[in-house]
Amino acid sequence: MTIELTAEGPGPERLWRDALAAGRFTLPHCAACGRHHFFPRVLCPHCGARTTSLRPASGRGTVHSTTVLRRRPEEGGDLNIALIDLAEGARMMSRVDGMAPTAVTIGLAVEARIVTEDGAPVVVFVAGEGA
Amino acid sequence: MAHTLRGSAAIVGAGQAGIGEAPGRSHFDLIADATHAALAEAGLKLSDVDGVFSATMVNSMPAVSVAEYLGLRPKVTEGTNTGGSSFLAHMQWAALALQAGLCEVALITYGSNQKTGAGKFVTTSEVVPFEAPYKPRYPVSAYALAAARHMHEFGTTREQLAEVAVAARTWANLNPEAYARGPLTIEDVLKSRMLSDPLTVRDCCLVTDGAGAIVMVRAERAKDFPKAPVYLLGVAAENWHRWVSSMPDLTTSSASRSGPRAMEMAGVGHADLDLVMLYDAFTITPIMFLEDLGFCPKGEGGRFVGDGKLRHGGGFPLNTNGGGLSCVHPGMYGLFLLIEAVRQLRGECGARQLDAPKLALCHGNGGHWSSQVTAVLGLEETL
Repeated sequence: MTIELTAEGPGPERLWRDALAAGRFTLPHCAACGRHHFFPRVLCPHCGARTTSLRPASGRGTVHSTTVLRRRPEEGGDLNIALIDLAEGARMMSRVDGMAPTAVTIGLAVEARIVTEDGAPVVVFVAGEGA
Repeated sequence: MAHTLRGSAAIVGAGQAGIGEAPGRSHFDLIADATHAALAEAGLKLSDVDGVFSATMVNSMPAVSVAEYLGLRPKVTEGTNTGGSSFLAHMQWAALALQAGLCEVALITYGSNQKTGAGKFVTTSEVVPFEAPYKPRYPVSAYALAAARHMHEFGTTREQLAEVAVAARTWANLNPEAYARGPLTIEDVLKSRMLSDPLTVRDCCLVTDGAGAIVMVRAERAKDFPKAPVYLLGVAAENWHRWVSSMPDLTTSSASRSGPRAMEMAGVGHADLDLVMLYDAFTITPIMFLEDLGFCPKGEGGRFVGDGKLRHGGGFPLNTNGGGLSCVHPGMYGLFLLIEAVRQLRGECGARQLDAPKLALCHGNGGHWSSQVTAVLGLEETL
């Protein structure tokens, strides 16, 4: 379901979070240049026109880069942090779950999952079909 | 025709204070200590300062707070914070303000007591909405992501990263002011504690106290001061993003634009430079900046440094104070690049002194590869 963005009322970030809380991962899309971007914002960073809508994301992506933040067990242990190139052409920070943090490699095909952490919905990725 | 800013202003005083550890001294104390040293070199009084340029890690209105602490009522108060590059950008604004007659004596200063005051690397408390859920540790995770990508795309190795830290140490070992001295090997770097793959604690800059200050005046009066003036020949600033998830290309920073612009303003080429001072927050940063600034082709930075040319006596004088990796890194380091360049150009560097350098390129980095500012400094004969 596409969410139209307007100049009044809740802004793109709020609407993106509301959609995520309802279980829908969306991406901002600009009709003027036909491109997606991330993070959600009022003006398209590619062309400067008003961002038109939040479109359902395919959820498919590829690991662009990855690191393992080394933490002591009492701090939660090693943590994967990754940048994901989404099939729609935007990039976001996330992490890859379902495998050892050190096993995540650049180029790995991944797909999105919505999980709840600290009471808020968060987009993470698992190995999958990819972009 | 030369740019009107080229050579229009000069540094006539430079001072440092509290390099390493300064227990019991606040960041304002250290700023005042460095300011006092810089003004004393120039033979100026504090009351001569009518332009204050500063950014700090802790003040929401840094230049205003610094001016208050120093008891100044400046005509120009400029506190733009672009991160560690701020002080190179401040030189640009100071040169403009001096040229326009808005002020006569510009003070650019920075200080932090984060080693003994806070006991850890002080960084922003700003919540980054689309990165915070993934709990990155700033700034190391942002630089680790770029380093990992650089290794993937270009075959850069951890040994080549480590070489940057080892080379910095060879210079620090000749600098009595440097905080980290003593032997350091590639093996030491590789075997030290991993923080955020592929960067170990020895791939990361120091956490120290320290303050710096420089004093600038218009070129027309620069020769009236005790020390040889160091002229600002070129300066350019760029920024393409703030947080690493919005960085357009993880292996190319906007130094690829600021560098050519600053060198064009200065009218100098790479072969003309006697000293290169690159912000080395992490071992990957000089490697990428050497590429972005055109000292080697994109992707070749690891191999460029891998032969040891950055070490003392290696033929490519880089970060001769020991850099942020081995000399000093009190949160934001940009000002210390400039002070080392001034001291080298004046011939004040003792055992690490280069042979009569005339031209230096300084490159400052702010945020997460975000703000890039390049400046070219030179002696009178380069005007």
